[in-house]
Amino acid sequence: MKRSRIPLNSALVVGGVLTALLIVTALVSLVWTPEIPTRVRVVMRLKGPGEAGLLGTDHFGRDVASLLMAGAWNSLAIAWPAVLLGAAVGIAIGCAAAAWKGIADEIAMRVSDVVFAFPAVLSAIMIGALLGSGPLAAILAIAVFNVPVFARVTRGVALQVWTLDYIAAARAIGKHPLRITWEDVMPNIAGALIVQVTTQLALAILTEAGLSYLGLGIRPPNPSWGRMLSDAQTYLSQAPHLAIAPGVAIALSVLGLNLLGDGLRDALDPTLKGRGAPA
Amino acid sequence: MTKRLLTAALLLAVSVIPAHAAKTSLVVGMPIEPPGLDPTVAAPVAIREVTWVNLYEGLVRIDKAGKVQPLLAKSWEIAPDGLTYTFRLQEGVKFHDGSTFDSADVKFAFDRARDPKSTNAQKQIFAPISSIETPDPATVVIRLKETSGNFLYYLGWGDAVIVAPETAANNAANPVGTGPFKFKSWTRGDRVELTRNADYWQKDKTKLDTVTFRFISDAQAQVAALRAGDVDAFPNLGASELFAEFQKDARFKAVAGNTEGETVAGLNSAKKPFDDVRVRRALMHAVDRKTLIEGAYSGFGQPIGSFFSPNNPAFVDTTNVVPYDVEKAKALLKEAGYGDGLSITIKSPQMAYASRSAELLSAMLSEAGVELKIIPTEFPAKWIEEVFKAKDYDMTIVSHTEPLDIDIFARDSYYFNYKNEKFKALVAEAAKTTDEKARFAKYAEAQKILAEDVPALFLFQLPKLGVWNAKVQGLWENSPIPSNDVTEVSWTE
Repeated sequence: MKRSRIPLNSALVVGGVLTALLIVTALVSLVWTPEIPTRVRVVMRLKGPGEAGLLGTDHFGRDVASLLMAGAWNSLAIAWPAVLLGAAVGIAIGCAAAAWKGIADEIAMRVSDVVFAFPAVLSAIMIGALLGSGPLAAILAIAVFNVPVFARVTRGVALQVWTLDYIAAARAIGKHPLRITWEDVMPNIAGALIVQVTTQLALAILTEAGLSYLGLGIRPPNPSWGRMLSDAQTYLSQAPHLAIAPGVAIALSVLGLNLLGDGLRDALDPTLKGRGAPA
Repeated sequence: MTKRLLTAALLLAVSVIPAHAAKTSLVVGMPIEPPGLDPTVAAPVAIREVTWVNLYEGLVRIDKAGKVQPLLAKSWEIAPDGLTYTFRLQEGVKFHDGSTFDSADVKFAFDRARDPKSTNAQKQIFAPISSIETPDPATVVIRLKETSGNFLYYLGWGDAVIVAPETAANNAANPVGTGPFKFKSWTRGDRVELTRNADYWQKDKTKLDTVTFRFISDAQAQVAALRAGDVDAFPNLGASELFAEFQKDARFKAVAGNTEGETVAGLNSAKKPFDDVRVRRALMHAVDRKTLIEGAYSGFGQPIGSFFSPNNPAFVDTTNVVPYDVEKAKALLKEAGYGDGLSITIKSPQMAYASRSAELLSAMLSEAGVELKIIPTEFPAKWIEEVFKAKDYDMTIVSHTEPLDIDIFARDSYYFNYKNEKFKALVAEAAKTTDEKARFAKYAEAQKILAEDVPALFLFQLPKLGVWNAKVQGLWENSPIPSNDVTEVSWTE
C-alpha cells in the first residue's frame, strides 16, 4: 500500500475540512456576504431563518448569515495574531531555557507557572479589563496566556533534543547554542509546535468570543460571534436562532481546530499514537 | 382521644384561616442595589427606590401624578413676597427609635443638608434658604434669600427627608425615619427587608407587614424570579423585549409607563466639530427617533426634542424643531465643511438601552456620511471618570433620571461643555418665578432653545416597564420621581 507523506486519519480529515470551511468562510466574507453585515433595518427585526435571509435577522434587522461570515473573519483576525505573538515569545523563552538551563531556566519556568496557574479565559479577561476594549487589547490579552504554554512545550521537547549525540557533537566543535537551536533543535521540534498552534488557535477563538461576550473584544458594530451570543441572550424565547447560529459556529470552529491538532499530532509523531497530548 | 381529635380539628381550622386572608408581604425586585440607605448624602436612584416615603418622610411628598402633597407638614403658608414659608407640623409623630419628631428635627435635617461639608446630591434645593426658625415644636419658619418657584416641589424629594440628630450619622447602614416601614435587615448583594412600623402616625394606612427589596441585575434572572413567584413585582424590568410576554400573561399586570429619564446623546460642545451648531443639527437631522426607539427599546418610550419630561406640565413637544431629514443633514455637514465625511466616536455605557442606541446611531449617522465609532465605556466608574469628570469624549449616551433637571445645560462645569448665556439667564429666571404660568412659559422657551441648539441629541424618554402579580394593587404606573412607593400596596383575594 502506498503511504502518503502525512498519513491520513479521521480526526485529521474532519478537523481539516471544518478548519478549511472556517478559513474559506472568513476569506469569502471579505469580498462577499449576502447582505452588508452592519446594515440595520429595524422594520425587518427578529425574522426567523428563511423568512428573511438564510438564517433570519437579529434584533436590529441585520442578516444573521452575513454577521456570522464577517464574524468568522474577525474571530480569526484576533486569534491568529494572538497565537502567533504568544508562540513567538514562548518558543524563544523555551528554546533559551533548554539551551542554557540553570538559573535562567528556573526563573523562566517559575514565571510561566505563575501565569499558567490562571485559567486561560480568566487571565485574558483580567488583562482585557486592564487594557480596555478593542481588537489590540484582545490580541494582547490572548497572547499573554499563550506565552507560558509555548514556553513549556518548547522547553520540554527541546530538552530531549539537546541530550542527543549529534547535539553533543555540535557543542564539542564549539557551535554557538543559538546556531544549534536554530539549525539542529528547531527542525526537530517544529512538528510538536505546529500541533500546539492548532490547539491554541481553538482556545483563542473561544477566548475571543468570551471577551466579546463581555464587551472587551471587537468593538460594535463590527460583527463578533461572542457579542452575537450575548445580544441573543434576552431574545432566547422569541428568537432562539440568534443564539444557536453563533453558538454552533463557535463549537464547530473549536472542534475542527482541536481535531486537526489531534490528527496532526498522530500523523507527525506515530510514537504518540493513542496516547494523551503532552501537557 | 376526643381531645386529640378536637385539637387536630382546631389546628386545621387555624391553619386554613390565613389562606383566605389576603397576603401581607411583598417582594419587590430592583435591578441595582443601593450603595447605602441614606438619600440625603448620595445621588444613586436605588437609594430612593428603597427608602423614599417607605422609610423616610419629608415635610411634603410627590404623589403618583407628580403633584406636591402634605406629609410631615400638615399645612403651610407662603408670605405674599414668596420669601417666608411657615410649616405646621403633624403632632404625635415618632421616629423608628422611639424619639419624638418636632421642628428641631426639621431644622437639623436641613442645616445638615446645606452644610458646606454635606454630600447631599441636590444642594440647589437648599441654596435659597437664608434661615430656619422653630418658634414652637409644631412650627417651622423658613426664610429664603430669593424667591424659588420649585422650593416646595423640591422639599418632596428624597434629598430633603427629615432625619433625627441622634441617628442621622448611621442612616446609611441602619436607617431611622418616620415612615410606615422600619428597617429590619440588609443582606448585601441580595436584599433589604423592611417591617411594618406599628407606631406609625397614620394608623392603618398601610396593609403590608413586610416588604423585601431584592436586587437582581440580569434581565433573564428577573423574568425567572417573577415567573417562579420569588418576586411579586418588578417596577423597572431590565429588558424591553421580555416585557411583551408578560403583557400576554393574565397572571401578571404589565404596565408601560413614563419616567423622568431623558435619554440623550451628549455632544462635547467645546470640541471640534461639535462647537459648530450646524454639525450638531446635522447629527440630529440624521436620527430617526421612532426607529431608534423600536430597535433599542422594543418601541416603548416617547420621542423627545429637548430636555424636559413629557410628564411635566410645562412640557412642550419640540420633536419637529430638528426633524429626521437625511438630505438636510448632508447639506448642513457640507456647509460646515464636512462634505467629504466625518469620523467621530461615542463612549457608550453597557446598559442595554445605551449600547443598542449607540449601534443604531452608528448605522443612522453613516447614512449621512458620518462614521460613528463605538467605544464601550463601563458605567458608572469609568464613564464618570472619562466623560463626566475629564470631559474626554466626542459623543456619549446616558439617561438623566432626575425630575426637572433642565438646568444641567446651564451649568458651566457640566460634561456637555455647553455655554449659552441666554439659556442660563432664562433657566435661573424660571427657577425664581413663583407664578406658575409665567414659570411654565419660561421653561417652554428654554426647551425650544435647547431643541434648536442641540447640545445633545435628544432621543427618547426612558419608559418604566413595570411587571407585577395581577393581585397586587397600588404600585405606581409612572415614575414622576424615582421611587418604589409601597405605602398603599395591598393584595386582592
